[in-house]
Amino acid sequence: MSNLFDLLVAGLATGAIYALVAVGFTLLWQTSQTINFAQGEFVMLPAFLMLAAMHAGAPFWLAIILGILLSMILLGLGFKLLLVDPMMRHGVLPLAIATMALAIGIKEAVKQFFSAEASPFPSIVPTGDVSILGHAVSLQSIGVLVVAILAVLGLTALLNRTSLGHQMQAAAQNPTVARIIGVPVERMILLTFLINAFLVALASLLITPIYLAKFSSGEVLGQAAFIAAIVGGFNQVRGAIAGGLLIGVLDNLAAAYVSTQYRAAVPMIFLIAVILLRPQGLLGRAEERTV
Amino acid sequence: MNGFGKPLKIALGLAVIAGLIIVPMNFNRYGLFILSQWAVMSIAAMGLNLTLGYAGQVSLAQGAFVGIGAYAAAIMTTHGWPLPAAILVAIALSFAVGWVLGYPALRVQHHYLAFVTLAFSTLAFLVFRNESWLTGGIYGISNIPRPNVFGFATNKPLPFYYVCLGSLAIVSLAVWWLIRSPWGRAFMALRENPLRAQSLGIDTRRYTLMAFAMGSALGGVAGALYAPLTQYIDPVPFNLSLSLDLLMMVIVGGAGFYFGPFLGAMIAVLLPEWLRFTEGYYLMLYAIAVMGLLIWSPTGILGILDRYLAARRTKAASALRAVAKSRLETAQ
Repeated sequence: MSNLFDLLVAGLATGAIYALVAVGFTLLWQTSQTINFAQGEFVMLPAFLMLAAMHAGAPFWLAIILGILLSMILLGLGFKLLLVDPMMRHGVLPLAIATMALAIGIKEAVKQFFSAEASPFPSIVPTGDVSILGHAVSLQSIGVLVVAILAVLGLTALLNRTSLGHQMQAAAQNPTVARIIGVPVERMILLTFLINAFLVALASLLITPIYLAKFSSGEVLGQAAFIAAIVGGFNQVRGAIAGGLLIGVLDNLAAAYVSTQYRAAVPMIFLIAVILLRPQGLLGRAEERTV
Repeated sequence: MNGFGKPLKIALGLAVIAGLIIVPMNFNRYGLFILSQWAVMSIAAMGLNLTLGYAGQVSLAQGAFVGIGAYAAAIMTTHGWPLPAAILVAIALSFAVGWVLGYPALRVQHHYLAFVTLAFSTLAFLVFRNESWLTGGIYGISNIPRPNVFGFATNKPLPFYYVCLGSLAIVSLAVWWLIRSPWGRAFMALRENPLRAQSLGIDTRRYTLMAFAMGSALGGVAGALYAPLTQYIDPVPFNLSLSLDLLMMVIVGGAGFYFGPFLGAMIAVLLPEWLRFTEGYYLMLYAIAVMGLLIWSPTGILGILDRYLAARRTKAASALRAVAKSRLETAQ
């Protein structure tokens, strides 16, 4: 059974990272109907921004701050102004295709300007194990879980407890009425893009020490986040969190108990089953507009 | 495309066809390979255009069908079957699988459908990679023979290019006929307004499944040509990015336009090659070009032409109206 416990902890830690990425993904969908196929690359890029800052001589803490700021400027503001704004009114599909092209562009840019090889990345949590209930659990897993949970709690508090969060929800649910009652809808949409950029930068900081910084590492991550978002419910922040944790655990258990060859198949089959049996997601509400 | 005269259109078409036959004659091996690849990808994109552009069903699985066709052809021809038989099997197999994949489309639409087909695409890739008793696993299948057509061996690049081009011509004619038949109109009715189509007595259920099955079958044809073209297949080319590339081809060329897939495949296959002189930057420039194009015209290249022609027609019509109006005024 100790094996199962380890798998669960590791699964929850990766799942928490998936959840961060999936939450950003659903936020973009809710406020601007953007299906961001470059979300995985959005996670990959900040790690390289931080590495670049460190190569330029900045200490690790400064590099983290610079990386997060830069990614909010590039992946938040820049993404919205340059790609989403001109395309938003033309429907979901052309924009989705444009984000696919963006994914290729980001990958190639990193490969060209940085390196095609995987680079090691320092961890914000010291390595080592602690003993919990007689099991050795790596500090890294715990650190990842704690940071991810804090980020998610902070975000939910922002959305549900503050006036700003209520305005954001209003802008997402019904932009027309929100505008009438005086919510600055445009500013709220921009805010969700900035939050998404912050979340992916955070996810990048957490996951890169585990899987190394590589230009192609966004592909798997982006897909996992999609699945998490859909499984949990495309229109719910808490759905995306539950979906992320579930997919992380499922993925780890599948690798151990099903087969390593078909481990990627398990989340996919689960995804198909959820879409066919409960398209609104496990925690989502039915969305009349799309189904 | 009603702005040109009919004779001009026919002349233009003949010139393009003649160009495609004559110009590559002194191309080198690599150039012919790229052009053959363009022909094969045009076939696959045409299939996706049928599903997405005409019937309005999003699919991220076309690459998987290219894979199914390629493996069917590779396995059969390496066991001594002739390529035409393999193509028929590829068509039948991808038609059947495509039909089954169409069932989710009866229940969910848009991004949900996109993700079901995306999941299917990943599952197909895993099967290609892991079932090594059938597909050779990661080592793939090598020494795939090229066919003899009417007694001519097509082992050299140029004859095989003509096989691809000929197949493209046959598929193009079939699709041309299909979208002008009642079937094609039913597909478009499905895209424009499924509810109305149903109330007009169109069996939307059957046509949705058909749109998937037919589009997938063309993916299978493309795959069955891809295998003898490269003469070696492994699972890597048939992963999710092929499906995404094919989707990009259809949208960039212009979804729902007959000539869209040809142009889209040209951009996706040839543009990176033309940009190769920029070395490491070529895919980056390609990505920027695609984004720029979509920002400029979300309906793709043919959307630009369509808008231009529509604007010209409106202008011509309003000129006529102005003339008529002034005549009326002078008559008063």
